[in-house]
Amino acid sequence: MNWHGVFERNSMILLIGILIMVSIGGLVQLAPLFYLENTIEEVEGVRPYTPLELMGRRLYVREGCYVCHSQMVRPLRDEVERYGHYSLAAESMYDHPFQWGSKRTGPDLARVGGKYSDEWHRDHFANPRDVVPESVMPPYAFLADAELELNELETIMGTHRIVGVPYNDEMIEAAQSDIAAQLDPFSPDYDAFQARYPGAVMRDFDGDPDRVTELDAMIAYLQALGTMVDFDEYEADAPENLR
Amino acid sequence: MSTPDNEREIDAVSGVETTGHEWDGIKELNNPLPRWWLWIFYACIIWAVIYMVFMPAIPGLPGAEGATRGLRNHSERVNVARDMAALEEARSVYFSRLTEADLSEIESDPELLTIALAAGESAFGDNCATCHGAGAQGARGYPNLNDDVWLWGGTLEEIRRTIRYGIRSEHMETRMGDMPAFGRDELLSREEVNDVAEYVLSLSGHSEDAAAVDRGAETFAAQCAVCHGDNAMGNRDLGAPNLTDTDWLYGGDRETVRETIWSARNSTMPAWESRLDDAVITALAVYVHSRGGGEED
Repeated sequence: MNWHGVFERNSMILLIGILIMVSIGGLVQLAPLFYLENTIEEVEGVRPYTPLELMGRRLYVREGCYVCHSQMVRPLRDEVERYGHYSLAAESMYDHPFQWGSKRTGPDLARVGGKYSDEWHRDHFANPRDVVPESVMPPYAFLADAELELNELETIMGTHRIVGVPYNDEMIEAAQSDIAAQLDPFSPDYDAFQARYPGAVMRDFDGDPDRVTELDAMIAYLQALGTMVDFDEYEADAPENLR
Repeated sequence: MSTPDNEREIDAVSGVETTGHEWDGIKELNNPLPRWWLWIFYACIIWAVIYMVFMPAIPGLPGAEGATRGLRNHSERVNVARDMAALEEARSVYFSRLTEADLSEIESDPELLTIALAAGESAFGDNCATCHGAGAQGARGYPNLNDDVWLWGGTLEEIRRTIRYGIRSEHMETRMGDMPAFGRDELLSREEVNDVAEYVLSLSGHSEDAAAVDRGAETFAAQCAVCHGDNAMGNRDLGAPNLTDTDWLYGGDRETVRETIWSARNSTMPAWESRLDDAVITALAVYVHSRGGGEED
């Protein structure tokens, strides 16, 4: 019996065959998503980005940083040696879309938060070769001059809420003032801000206290990367964390 | 058009059966799939089944934690933990000697020194070179570690403390000094800032305006001497640099000195205690100390 001929010569049989195959493939891929709760581990300390970090993250995407930088320390000895604890899925659970990247022309940035000073980031963005002579990264000096565009901040946070980031009404309402609060370590909103975003670093990132620039947002984002989980507390060896 | 199977035509040239389709006299040969390809295809299917049985494969089964484990009970996280433990054990032979040794012993024991310099150099390349340069030569705003100039002290113990806790970092034990932005925060007028700049330049013989130097000296004594000292020789407890030499972290031209006084320089260095283990920090201290400018206790 020539099965191939049967399918080729009868469009309805071919159509039904395609439907069956696509359904099987679809089910295999989709069914696990219905049980997603037990595929993403919950890790203490991971919080949604502050409004300033979130805007910095958008700049990171806008400038295409992910083309040259990954944000994924793989569970391999040499990577853990160089960058620190391997990345956990939970650490990018509020990233939409995630910035794992696929190529390292520059170094991995998953644990870059706190590794360098703000001044270093300023110098480095202005001209990477001032601090790393062999660098091939293009300069991003314009970030220091560009006013951070905040018109759509609330809408952006609302959109993230739709896809599962737990921004509540209070956070969205306070978004604009939280931008200013994070840039001022002596802000009167310090406690309220820390209650909303525990552990977020508060200081003037770009060294220009009078303005809110794109550089503020970018450095705030970079300084937060990989700092949320306290790996002194996280039990990597616990059975539920071994996967 | 369809042709019954038993009427399939054999192509005269190649001796291969045709599919029976014909378009304007062009016919399609019905070659079978190459055998080698077909067998590899079947082998892949069999391999996939074996892989699913032995390795983690099916995620999100109801009631299961994570993915199925597979008969090999394979886990990347267990593997990397094992690799790291093995690495740590292999190093502990040397590293435990580093952490246990008295700092002053390390440089007099050739074997310990070799270990410390090797470990220090590699850690320096990974963590410190980004700011201080691959040869520890520094850059504008990032001190040269090869020379004799030390802001916070150049003994082994002081260097180790700086690496461990950082400078103006978030660590509780951090080194701390806070220069006010004399111009920006309106502690001094523009003229006073310019005069102090002249005075500071005169200390290394770079000023020609004697009147301004005199005025600046007065302001310096009132505002700056608290940290930089009456003779402007600096104070390592506060990281206040010596202003009488010709080594400048940000630059010694008139414009830069004015800018420094106007808006202050309070550069920071991260605390490395939480990122690097104790032996590596000690090795780094020895490496930096050995670069040429290390001071004796």
